[in-house]
Amino acid sequence: MKDTLIIIPVYNEEKNILRVIEDIKKRTYEMDILVVNDGSSDNTQSVLQLSGAKVINLPYHLGYGVALQTGYKYALEKGYDYVVQMDGDGQHNPSSIEDLLRGVKSGDVDVAIGSRFLSNKKYKTSFPRKLGMKLFGSLASLIMRQRVTDPTSGFQALNKKVIKFYTSDVFPCDYPDADAIIMLHRAGFVIREVPVIMHYDSQTKSMHRGLGVCYYIFKMFLSIFVNVLREKRIKEEV
Amino acid sequence: MPIRQKVFAVLISIVIFVVVIELVRKRRLREEYSWLWLATGAGLLVLTLWYNLLVAITHFIGAALPTSTLFFFGLIFVMLLNLHHATKNSKLTDEVKNLAQKIALLEREIKDLLEYKDNKV
Repeated sequence: MKDTLIIIPVYNEEKNILRVIEDIKKRTYEMDILVVNDGSSDNTQSVLQLSGAKVINLPYHLGYGVALQTGYKYALEKGYDYVVQMDGDGQHNPSSIEDLLRGVKSGDVDVAIGSRFLSNKKYKTSFPRKLGMKLFGSLASLIMRQRVTDPTSGFQALNKKVIKFYTSDVFPCDYPDADAIIMLHRAGFVIREVPVIMHYDSQTKSMHRGLGVCYYIFKMFLSIFVNVLREKRIKEEV
Repeated sequence: MPIRQKVFAVLISIVIFVVVIELVRKRRLREEYSWLWLATGAGLLVLTLWYNLLVAITHFIGAALPTSTLFFFGLIFVMLLNLHHATKNSKLTDEVKNLAQKIALLEREIKDLLEYKDNKV
């Protein structure tokens, strides 16, 4: 068995997912690929059968965080040492996987977070999104006393200790974000941002739209606030 | 307290008791949810029968009329009940999520086992 699992949570990605899997396969050899299909209502499920990747189908749409956590649970059960998580829309470039894994495999860090801003200062995105990233990035930097430029990044590499931590009920299942990073930091994990290549895809829709944006901002503030209030959970406890 | 009000309040508490007990008996309400309702019925009964206590509480919280006190506590009770349900709901959401994940993982496991078996044959 290989020691690294790539987890790709997907929801209605029939157009992109095959290309994403092919891209990964071209560049990585020593890794298994697991796609978690989060109750897609389009043809994602049948498209995935052609892909040759391992697929887990959630019985109904449970959300990005839950799909991701299902992948962690699988990785823990099967005994993988490292996990790389990436999006199924082709935004994350597989050529950055090795960069992410380097620090984690050498044992220097527990979590490597792919930052689109460390490598490409001109990454284009809408103004409200930029504002949100900046806001929660600064807040996370302040609490962690460490520079965080891209707290919303879903392109990450984790080691076994973090996988185990994330499979417990402490994982913020709706949309893990800056709050998850702060939680990891407070639990004593070492986190580092790594420059990665991300493509801006005008077709991809943000997870947060309309009123959802307001709820997202509220939830993130509340979640970060209670995280700071909670007693520090040491990683060995969970 | 006018006797009409008193009779009415006592009747309502009795109805609450009977309905809650009946729901528990028919297993349509779990025991763990019934105690809050029974507590309301009991509270209402005590306050109606022990009028001086109601007056004392009314003075204590600074309300003008004993009936306002009853309404006030009624409202607080409804809020507590809602909060109680919200916590139960959060727990249920977590449990349902864990179940759904377990099902998906087991399904994967079954597929793997079947593939393994087919390869062996």
